Amino acid sequence: MYPQVLFQHRKPDRINTFAEYREQGGYSALSDVIAGADPAAVIATIDDAQLLGRGGAGFPAGRKLMTVAQDAPHPRYLICNADEMEPGTFKDRVLLHADPHLLIEGMAIVAYTVRARHGIIFIRPEYENAARILEREIRLAREAGFLGEKIHDSDFSFEIVVHRSGGRYICGEVTALISALEGCRPNPRKAPPYPTDKGLWQQPTVLNNVETLAYVPLIVRHGAQWFRDLALTESAAGTKLFSISGHVNKPGCYEVPLGVPLSEMIENCCGGMRDGRPFKGCLPGGASTGFLSAEHYHIPMDYESLKAVGNRLGTGAVMVFDDTTCMVAATLNLTNFFARESCGWCTPCREGFPYLKDLLYRLENGMADGDWIGQVETLCGHLYKAYCAFAPGGVAPIESLLANFGEEVQAHIDLGGCPMQRQ
Amino acid sequence: MLRPRGAFFERTIEPLELHVSEALIEKLKNEIAAVEHPRELAVDVMMALQDHHGYLSDAARDQAAELLGMSALEVDELATFYTFIFREPVGRYVIHVCDSLICWMAGEENIVDHLRQQLQIDFGQTTADGLFTLLPVCCIGYCDRAPAILVNRRVHGPLTNSRLDELLQKYRAEAAEKPGSNV
Repeated sequence: MYPQVLFQHRKPDRINTFAEYREQGGYSALSDVIAGADPAAVIATIDDAQLLGRGGAGFPAGRKLMTVAQDAPHPRYLICNADEMEPGTFKDRVLLHADPHLLIEGMAIVAYTVRARHGIIFIRPEYENAARILEREIRLAREAGFLGEKIHDSDFSFEIVVHRSGGRYICGEVTALISALEGCRPNPRKAPPYPTDKGLWQQPTVLNNVETLAYVPLIVRHGAQWFRDLALTESAAGTKLFSISGHVNKPGCYEVPLGVPLSEMIENCCGGMRDGRPFKGCLPGGASTGFLSAEHYHIPMDYESLKAVGNRLGTGAVMVFDDTTCMVAATLNLTNFFARESCGWCTPCREGFPYLKDLLYRLENGMADGDWIGQVETLCGHLYKAYCAFAPGGVAPIESLLANFGEEVQAHIDLGGCPMQRQ
Repeated sequence: MLRPRGAFFERTIEPLELHVSEALIEKLKNEIAAVEHPRELAVDVMMALQDHHGYLSDAARDQAAELLGMSALEVDELATFYTFIFREPVGRYVIHVCDSLICWMAGEENIVDHLRQQLQIDFGQTTADGLFTLLPVCCIGYCDRAPAILVNRRVHGPLTNSRLDELLQKYRAEAAEKPGSNV
């Protein structure tokens, strides 16, 4: 239906094996690069492809690589973020179970461009199967000479280890992840220095999401223009893995070109809304993005289009709600998540989310009193003073609840509780 | 060492010494010796001792600290932070029920009610036979299989009450067949 790039060789019940990956031209990009490509030229290709970080922030991957100074000290590190703890997101898990060598080759190429010696895949403990697949496939790649000491008799050496987390949402935050790897409490750190300057063990560190790294071998093989042309909209580039869940007939992970309308994704990929009920809204990119209301049902799903309506593409985790969903109750659930997963390091976040959770609980259960909306707005404002991006992400659903579902909030206040019969 | 359900005031007395196989300690020592920064293995070491012992007891924490060259306090700071490290005794099977948005929309509350009823315990408690501990957990990344739970970190979903009953039955049978330490 749509051109498949990362999922080109996806199989229903097993990974694309190392042998199959090789037959399909896998590791040719790495071999070509190691044969003497100018690292700056490879970075320029990635930059030219306009590959944006797929982990949620959408930072240009090429530009990130350029921030590693030529004369930066060694050893340098490349970290792959496979923590994937954003609620609603499971694309990296599906990708790792589909074609793990895309990631391994992508990591080796990116490591080559910045001369990183050590690669680390930081993975959440719930993904133990994926961790074992990676360890096995890394071994196969090493035995075939694509990883290890002096790869292809060049002066480039690169190793990858799989690091299992103990499980906390904040570990997915770049600086917290580095703290976690160092065996410290995973508190975020304040930049500067940026990780590409002083990251893991105070050494230059590049950190990318699984999906971002997996695109790299394909971009190197087919060129920047090919990648940009995959997207449907002018401003976007490439395809994107979307994890679609909630009130749709076939929830799952689908690869679609950036810019495909939301309605098309729901109808073509997911077999439409469950029981044919009307679309009420969705979270377009995980729990840290705002609610989109039904008026945006046909919005092109890409970074710029969502930015234009004050939202974000995030991780591409589309959580779909039909008309039976109480948006206040949904927001309460999300806020409960943020209250529990706040690392507790800074006061606005640690104290703010339990307050907001209490306010939402009161609204849902008919105990909202005084200037409820005013209190919520004030608290949301305070949360922007938090240390890292966790808190501003966590208030996105609350602020968009007020902005896009104001009538429903008012109905809760007027009626003294939830007017909806939750299914 | 069983912990009766709900008996917060009847805390079990932990052994002062930890009986861990020499082989495991040797294995961990070798793994630690092979890395540049021992601390980076903190989670792995805690997990290994926990898997062996059922949970990370005070003695196991001290052992981890010694192996890693960290203070007991530093290890505790990590142990109490992570979702999958248990500083109190848990049952042989730890059931984590995902209560984030998609599982909640798919009927997580029914799953919890059913488990509470079948196991006669609440969140944070362990069944009297020491088999099951019930805990909530945030999104586990299986939203396409909602409602989902983890049993000893292995995922199950989408779940119905009858599927849950089958699962509990399976684990009870496994425990009866292979009786071991329930700690």
